[in-house]
Amino acid sequence: MKQTLLVFLALMTTTLFMSFAPDEKGEQVGYKPGDKAMNFTLKNIDGKMVSLSDYASSKGVLVVFTCNHCPYSVAYENRIIELHKKYSAKGYPVVAINPNDAEAYPADSYQNMIERAQEKNFLFAYLHDESQQIAKTYGATRTPHVYLLTQKNKQFTVAYVGAIDDNSNEEENVHKKYVQDAISDLEAGRSIATPFTKAIGCSIKWKK
Amino acid sequence: MFGSNLWAQAYTPKVDVVKFDWYEKLIQLNNDTTYVVNFWATWCMPCVAELPYFEQLQQHYQTQKVKVYLVSLDFIKNKDQKLIPFLTKQKIKSEVVLFNEPDYNAWIDKINPAWSGALPATVIFNTKCKQHTFFENETTFKILDSITSNYISK
Repeated sequence: MKQTLLVFLALMTTTLFMSFAPDEKGEQVGYKPGDKAMNFTLKNIDGKMVSLSDYASSKGVLVVFTCNHCPYSVAYENRIIELHKKYSAKGYPVVAINPNDAEAYPADSYQNMIERAQEKNFLFAYLHDESQQIAKTYGATRTPHVYLLTQKNKQFTVAYVGAIDDNSNEEENVHKKYVQDAISDLEAGRSIATPFTKAIGCSIKWKK
Repeated sequence: MFGSNLWAQAYTPKVDVVKFDWYEKLIQLNNDTTYVVNFWATWCMPCVAELPYFEQLQQHYQTQKVKVYLVSLDFIKNKDQKLIPFLTKQKIKSEVVLFNEPDYNAWIDKINPAWSGALPATVIFNTKCKQHTFFENETTFKILDSITSNYISK
Protein backbone atom coordinates (compact mmCIF):
# COMPACT_ATOMS: atom_id res chain seq x y z
CA MET A 1 0.00 0.00 0.00
CA LYS A 2 2.81 2.35 0.95
CA GLN A 3 4.57 1.47 -2.29
CA THR A 4 1.49 2.29 -4.34
CA LEU A 5 1.07 5.58 -2.58
CA LEU A 6 4.71 6.48 -3.22
CA VAL A 7 4.42 5.67 -6.88
CA PHE A 8 1.28 7.73 -7.09
CA LEU A 9 2.96 10.67 -5.36
CA ALA A 10 5.99 10.32 -7.60
CA LEU A 11 3.83 10.41 -10.71
CA MET A 12 1.98 13.43 -9.37
CA THR A 13 5.21 15.32 -8.74
CA THR A 14 6.50 14.24 -12.15
CA THR A 15 3.48 15.79 -13.78
CA LEU A 16 3.89 18.91 -11.69
CA PHE A 17 7.59 19.38 -12.16
CA MET A 18 8.20 18.07 -15.65
CA SER A 19 6.58 21.19 -17.00
CA PHE A 20 9.44 23.20 -15.49
CA ALA A 21 12.12 21.04 -17.06
CA PRO A 22 13.66 22.72 -20.11
CA ASP A 23 12.80 21.61 -23.59
CA GLU A 24 15.10 18.75 -24.50
CA LYS A 25 15.30 19.93 -28.09
CA GLY A 26 15.84 23.48 -26.81
CA GLU A 27 16.22 25.74 -29.82
CA GLN A 28 19.45 27.69 -30.14
CA VAL A 29 18.58 31.18 -28.98
CA GLY A 30 20.51 34.29 -29.91
CA TYR A 31 22.84 34.92 -32.83
CA LYS A 32 24.07 32.33 -35.28
CA PRO A 33 26.76 32.90 -37.92
CA GLY A 34 25.21 34.98 -40.68
CA ASP A 35 22.88 36.97 -38.40
CA LYS A 36 22.98 40.75 -38.27
CA ALA A 37 24.32 42.00 -34.92
CA MET A 38 22.43 44.69 -33.07
CA ASN A 39 24.21 47.87 -31.98
CA PHE A 40 24.84 48.30 -28.25
CA THR A 41 25.97 51.09 -25.96
CA LEU A 42 27.53 50.06 -22.66
CA LYS A 43 29.70 51.64 -20.00
CA ASN A 44 33.42 51.06 -20.31
CA ILE A 45 35.83 50.74 -17.39
CA ASP A 46 36.94 54.37 -17.98
CA GLY A 47 33.39 55.56 -17.30
CA LYS A 48 32.71 56.44 -20.95
CA MET A 49 29.99 54.87 -23.03
CA VAL A 50 31.12 52.64 -25.91
CA SER A 51 28.95 51.55 -28.82
CA LEU A 52 29.46 48.86 -31.39
CA SER A 53 28.85 51.58 -33.98
CA ASP A 54 32.02 53.34 -32.74
CA TYR A 55 33.89 50.58 -34.59
CA ALA A 56 32.28 51.35 -37.94
CA SER A 57 35.69 51.89 -39.54
CA SER A 58 37.01 48.47 -38.41
CA LYS A 59 36.80 45.38 -40.55
CA GLY A 60 35.13 43.74 -37.62
CA VAL A 61 35.03 43.31 -33.85
CA LEU A 62 35.77 40.37 -31.61
CA VAL A 63 33.07 40.54 -28.94
CA VAL A 64 34.06 38.42 -25.93
CA PHE A 65 31.55 37.82 -23.14
CA THR A 66 33.78 37.26 -20.14
CA CYS A 67 34.12 38.20 -16.48
CA ASN A 68 36.55 38.40 -13.57
CA HIS A 69 35.68 35.41 -11.41
CA CYS A 70 35.34 32.49 -13.82
CA PRO A 71 38.42 30.22 -13.97
CA TYR A 72 37.86 29.69 -17.70
CA SER A 73 37.81 33.44 -18.28
CA VAL A 74 40.94 33.82 -16.18
CA ALA A 75 42.61 30.99 -18.12
CA TYR A 76 41.87 32.87 -21.34
CA GLU A 77 42.77 36.40 -20.17
CA ASN A 78 46.27 36.40 -21.61
CA ARG A 79 45.04 34.92 -24.87
CA ILE A 80 42.35 37.62 -25.13
CA ILE A 81 45.03 40.27 -24.57
CA GLU A 82 47.18 38.65 -27.29
CA LEU A 83 44.25 38.42 -29.70
CA HIS A 84 43.66 42.15 -29.29
CA LYS A 85 47.35 42.95 -29.81
CA LYS A 86 47.54 40.82 -32.91
CA TYR A 87 44.20 41.60 -34.53
CA SER A 88 43.35 45.19 -33.61
CA ALA A 89 46.14 46.18 -36.01
CA LYS A 90 44.51 44.02 -38.66
CA GLY A 91 41.10 45.60 -38.10
CA TYR A 92 39.51 43.25 -35.56
CA PRO A 93 39.80 44.78 -32.06
CA VAL A 94 38.51 42.99 -28.97
CA VAL A 95 35.47 44.33 -27.14
CA ALA A 96 35.04 42.44 -23.86
CA ILE A 97 31.66 42.46 -22.13
CA ASN A 98 30.94 41.33 -18.58
CA PRO A 99 27.27 40.29 -18.29
CA ASN A 100 27.30 38.71 -14.81
CA ASP A 101 25.02 39.75 -12.00
CA ALA A 102 27.36 41.45 -9.53
CA GLU A 103 25.03 40.62 -6.66
CA ALA A 104 25.53 36.92 -7.28
CA TYR A 105 29.23 37.33 -8.02
CA PRO A 106 30.66 40.40 -6.23
CA ALA A 107 33.99 39.68 -7.98
CA ASP A 108 32.27 40.68 -11.22
CA SER A 109 31.21 44.15 -10.06
CA TYR A 110 31.98 47.22 -12.15
CA GLN A 111 34.60 48.34 -9.62
CA ASN A 112 36.31 44.96 -9.78
CA MET A 113 36.25 45.10 -13.59
CA ILE A 114 38.20 48.35 -13.39
CA GLU A 115 40.72 46.80 -11.01
CA ARG A 116 41.14 43.64 -13.07
CA ALA A 117 41.64 45.63 -16.26
CA GLN A 118 44.34 47.72 -14.57
CA GLU A 119 46.10 44.67 -13.14
CA LYS A 120 46.16 42.96 -16.52
CA ASN A 121 46.62 46.18 -18.49
CA PHE A 122 43.67 45.60 -20.82
CA LEU A 123 44.15 47.70 -23.95
CA PHE A 124 40.64 46.93 -25.18
CA ALA A 125 37.20 48.08 -24.05
CA TYR A 126 35.81 46.10 -21.10
CA LEU A 127 32.13 46.90 -20.94
CA HIS A 128 29.55 46.31 -18.26
CA ASP A 129 26.30 44.74 -19.51
CA GLU A 130 24.49 45.62 -16.34
CA SER A 131 20.98 44.96 -17.68
CA GLN A 132 22.23 41.71 -19.29
CA GLN A 133 20.23 42.62 -22.40
CA ILE A 134 23.18 42.39 -24.78
CA ALA A 135 24.21 38.94 -23.55
CA LYS A 136 20.58 37.83 -23.92
CA THR A 137 20.24 39.30 -27.41
CA TYR A 138 23.49 37.71 -28.55
CA GLY A 139 22.57 34.41 -26.90
CA ALA A 140 25.66 34.20 -24.71
CA THR A 141 25.27 31.47 -22.10
CA ARG A 142 28.74 31.13 -20.63
CA THR A 143 32.04 32.88 -20.11
CA PRO A 144 34.10 33.15 -22.19
CA HIS A 145 31.77 33.15 -25.19
CA VAL A 146 33.03 34.78 -28.38
CA TYR A 147 31.20 36.47 -31.28
CA LEU A 148 33.40 37.49 -34.20
CA LEU A 149 31.61 40.21 -36.17
CA THR A 150 32.40 41.63 -39.58
CA GLN A 151 31.46 45.12 -40.64
CA LYS A 152 30.21 46.26 -44.03
CA ASN A 153 28.48 49.58 -44.69
CA LYS A 154 28.25 50.10 -40.91
CA GLN A 155 26.28 46.87 -40.52
CA PHE A 156 27.83 44.23 -38.27
CA THR A 157 27.26 40.59 -39.14
CA VAL A 158 28.07 37.52 -37.04
CA ALA A 159 30.85 35.47 -38.64
CA TYR A 160 31.83 33.07 -35.86
CA VAL A 161 30.32 32.03 -32.52
CA GLY A 162 31.98 29.94 -29.85
CA ALA A 163 35.28 29.24 -28.15
CA ILE A 164 38.65 30.93 -28.63
CA ASP A 165 40.44 27.61 -29.17
CA ASP A 166 40.21 23.95 -28.24
CA ASN A 167 42.03 23.92 -24.90
CA SER A 168 41.12 26.39 -22.20
CA ASN A 169 43.42 25.01 -19.55
CA GLU A 170 46.65 24.23 -21.38
CA GLU A 171 47.51 26.80 -23.99
CA GLU A 172 50.54 24.73 -25.02
CA ASN A 173 48.20 21.91 -26.04
CA VAL A 174 45.94 23.98 -28.29
CA HIS A 175 45.50 22.35 -31.68
CA LYS A 176 42.68 24.38 -33.18
CA LYS A 177 42.71 28.17 -32.88
CA TYR A 178 39.09 28.76 -33.85
CA VAL A 179 39.09 32.58 -33.69
CA GLN A 180 42.42 33.04 -35.46
CA ASP A 181 41.46 30.50 -38.12
CA ALA A 182 38.14 32.29 -38.65
CA ILE A 183 39.91 35.63 -39.15
CA SER A 184 42.40 33.99 -41.53
CA ASP A 185 39.49 32.61 -43.53
CA LEU A 186 37.89 36.07 -43.65
CA GLU A 187 41.15 37.70 -44.70
CA ALA A 188 41.63 35.15 -47.45
CA GLY A 189 38.08 35.72 -48.67
CA ARG A 190 37.08 32.14 -47.86
CA SER A 191 33.97 31.06 -46.04
CA ILE A 192 34.79 30.21 -42.43
CA ALA A 193 35.54 26.50 -42.11
CA THR A 194 34.37 26.26 -38.49
CA PRO A 195 31.83 29.03 -37.86
CA PHE A 196 30.39 27.60 -34.62
CA THR A 197 31.90 25.74 -31.67
CA LYS A 198 30.89 24.88 -28.12
CA ALA A 199 32.92 24.91 -24.94
CA ILE A 200 32.55 24.29 -21.25
CA GLY A 201 32.34 27.58 -19.40
CA CYS A 202 30.86 29.28 -16.38
CA SER A 203 27.16 29.81 -16.86
CA ILE A 204 26.26 33.48 -16.98
CA LYS A 205 24.61 34.39 -13.71
CA TRP A 206 21.27 35.92 -14.65
CA LYS A 207 19.49 38.33 -12.37
CA LYS A 208 16.55 36.78 -10.56
CA MET B 1 27.40 4.74 14.37
CA PHE B 2 30.37 3.96 16.60
CA GLY B 3 32.91 4.04 13.78
CA SER B 4 31.42 6.84 11.71
CA ASN B 5 33.75 9.58 12.97
CA LEU B 6 36.80 7.43 12.50
CA TRP B 7 35.59 6.58 9.05
CA ALA B 8 35.07 10.23 8.15
CA GLN B 9 38.57 11.11 9.26
CA ALA B 10 40.14 8.32 7.27
CA TYR B 11 37.97 8.98 4.24
CA THR B 12 39.85 9.93 1.11
CA PRO B 13 37.68 10.09 -1.96
CA LYS B 14 38.70 8.09 -4.95
CA VAL B 15 38.40 9.95 -8.23
CA ASP B 16 38.97 8.15 -11.51
CA VAL B 17 40.19 10.29 -14.38
CA VAL B 18 38.11 9.35 -17.40
CA LYS B 19 37.80 10.18 -21.08
CA PHE B 20 34.68 10.45 -23.25
CA ASP B 21 34.57 6.69 -23.82
CA TRP B 22 33.61 6.33 -20.15
CA TYR B 23 30.34 8.11 -20.89
CA GLU B 24 29.85 6.25 -24.16
CA LYS B 25 30.17 2.92 -22.37
CA LEU B 26 27.81 4.06 -19.63
CA ILE B 27 25.10 5.10 -22.04
CA GLN B 28 25.44 1.85 -23.97
CA LEU B 29 24.99 -0.38 -20.91
CA ASN B 30 21.77 -2.14 -21.61
CA ASN B 31 20.55 -2.54 -18.06
CA ASP B 32 17.63 -1.34 -15.98
CA THR B 33 19.59 1.09 -13.81
CA THR B 34 18.64 4.75 -13.88
CA TYR B 35 21.79 6.83 -14.25
CA VAL B 36 21.94 10.40 -13.01
CA VAL B 37 24.99 12.13 -14.47
CA ASN B 38 25.74 15.64 -13.25
CA PHE B 39 28.41 17.74 -14.95
CA TRP B 40 29.91 20.17 -12.45
CA ALA B 41 33.12 21.74 -11.16
CA THR B 42 34.36 22.88 -7.77
CA TRP B 43 34.66 26.51 -8.98
CA CYS B 44 31.06 26.59 -10.25
CA MET B 45 28.95 28.11 -7.47
CA PRO B 46 25.52 26.99 -8.73
CA CYS B 47 26.95 23.49 -9.23
CA VAL B 48 28.26 23.30 -5.68
CA ALA B 49 24.96 24.63 -4.37
CA GLU B 50 23.01 21.75 -5.91
CA LEU B 51 25.42 18.90 -5.05
CA PRO B 52 23.49 18.10 -1.84
CA TYR B 53 20.42 17.27 -3.97
CA PHE B 54 22.38 14.65 -5.90
CA GLU B 55 23.77 13.27 -2.65
CA GLN B 56 20.25 13.15 -1.24
CA LEU B 57 19.01 11.40 -4.37
CA GLN B 58 21.67 8.68 -4.18
CA GLN B 59 20.89 8.22 -0.50
CA HIS B 60 17.14 8.13 -1.15
CA TYR B 61 17.46 5.39 -3.77
CA GLN B 62 20.34 3.45 -2.26
CA THR B 63 18.42 0.18 -2.28
CA GLN B 64 17.19 0.69 -5.84
CA LYS B 65 18.81 0.63 -9.23
CA VAL B 66 19.80 4.27 -9.28
CA LYS B 67 23.38 5.42 -9.77
CA VAL B 68 24.54 9.01 -9.40
CA TYR B 69 27.77 10.10 -11.07
CA LEU B 70 29.23 13.50 -10.34
CA VAL B 71 31.33 14.26 -13.40
CA SER B 72 33.86 16.94 -12.51
CA LEU B 73 35.14 19.25 -15.22
CA ASP B 74 37.83 20.65 -12.97
CA PHE B 75 41.18 21.02 -14.66
CA ILE B 76 43.29 17.89 -14.24
CA LYS B 77 46.07 19.93 -12.61
CA ASN B 78 43.62 20.84 -9.81
CA LYS B 79 42.64 17.27 -8.97
CA ASP B 80 44.81 16.83 -5.88
CA GLN B 81 44.92 20.45 -4.70
CA LYS B 82 41.27 21.40 -5.18
CA LEU B 83 38.94 18.55 -6.13
CA ILE B 84 40.01 15.90 -3.59
CA PRO B 85 40.13 18.35 -0.63
CA PHE B 86 36.71 19.69 -1.65
CA LEU B 87 35.18 16.19 -1.75
CA THR B 88 36.78 15.33 1.57
CA LYS B 89 35.56 18.49 3.25
CA GLN B 90 32.03 18.15 1.86
CA LYS B 91 32.04 14.38 2.61
CA ILE B 92 30.70 13.65 -0.86
CA LYS B 93 29.59 10.03 -1.05
CA SER B 94 28.36 9.77 -4.64
CA GLU B 95 30.84 8.47 -7.16
CA VAL B 96 32.98 11.24 -8.68
CA VAL B 97 34.96 11.02 -11.89
CA LEU B 98 37.14 13.71 -13.44
CA PHE B 99 36.33 14.17 -17.11
CA ASN B 100 39.64 14.96 -18.72
CA GLU B 101 38.56 15.94 -22.23
CA PRO B 102 39.78 19.47 -22.92
CA ASP B 103 38.59 19.57 -26.56
CA TYR B 104 35.06 20.45 -25.47
CA ASN B 105 33.66 21.10 -28.91
CA ALA B 106 34.43 17.50 -29.84
CA TRP B 107 32.00 15.98 -27.34
CA ILE B 108 29.45 18.46 -25.92
CA ASP B 109 26.96 17.74 -28.72
CA LYS B 110 27.39 14.01 -28.12
CA ILE B 111 26.18 14.44 -24.55
CA ASN B 112 23.23 16.46 -25.84
CA PRO B 113 22.88 18.90 -28.77
CA ALA B 114 20.87 21.23 -26.52
CA TRP B 115 23.86 21.76 -24.24
CA SER B 116 25.62 25.10 -24.81
CA GLY B 117 28.50 24.07 -22.55
CA ALA B 118 27.49 26.07 -19.49
CA LEU B 119 27.68 24.34 -16.11
CA PRO B 120 25.86 22.79 -14.37
CA ALA B 121 24.22 20.31 -16.72
CA THR B 122 22.54 16.99 -15.95
CA VAL B 123 21.59 13.88 -17.88
CA ILE B 124 19.21 11.29 -16.46
CA PHE B 125 18.69 8.12 -18.45
CA ASN B 126 17.47 4.58 -18.30
CA THR B 127 18.35 2.56 -21.39
CA LYS B 128 15.96 -0.26 -20.58
CA CYS B 129 12.88 1.94 -20.61
CA LYS B 130 14.41 4.21 -23.28
CA GLN B 131 14.11 7.33 -21.18
CA HIS B 132 16.45 10.29 -21.39
CA THR B 133 16.32 13.77 -19.91
CA PHE B 134 18.87 16.55 -20.29
CA PHE B 135 18.84 19.97 -18.69
CA GLU B 136 21.34 22.80 -18.53
CA ASN B 137 20.43 24.76 -15.45
CA GLU B 138 20.18 24.48 -11.72
CA THR B 139 17.94 21.80 -10.30
CA THR B 140 16.31 20.77 -7.06
CA PHE B 141 15.83 17.49 -5.22
CA LYS B 142 12.15 17.51 -6.19
CA ILE B 143 12.92 17.72 -9.90
CA LEU B 144 15.61 15.03 -9.71
CA ASP B 145 13.39 12.80 -7.63
CA SER B 146 10.36 13.21 -9.86
CA ILE B 147 12.28 12.23 -12.99
CA THR B 148 14.12 9.37 -11.29
CA SER B 149 11.02 7.91 -9.66
CA ASN B 150 9.21 8.14 -12.95
CA TYR B 151 11.97 6.17 -14.71
CA ILE B 152 12.29 3.42 -12.14
CA SER B 153 8.54 2.86 -12.11
CA LYS B 154 8.41 2.23 -15.89
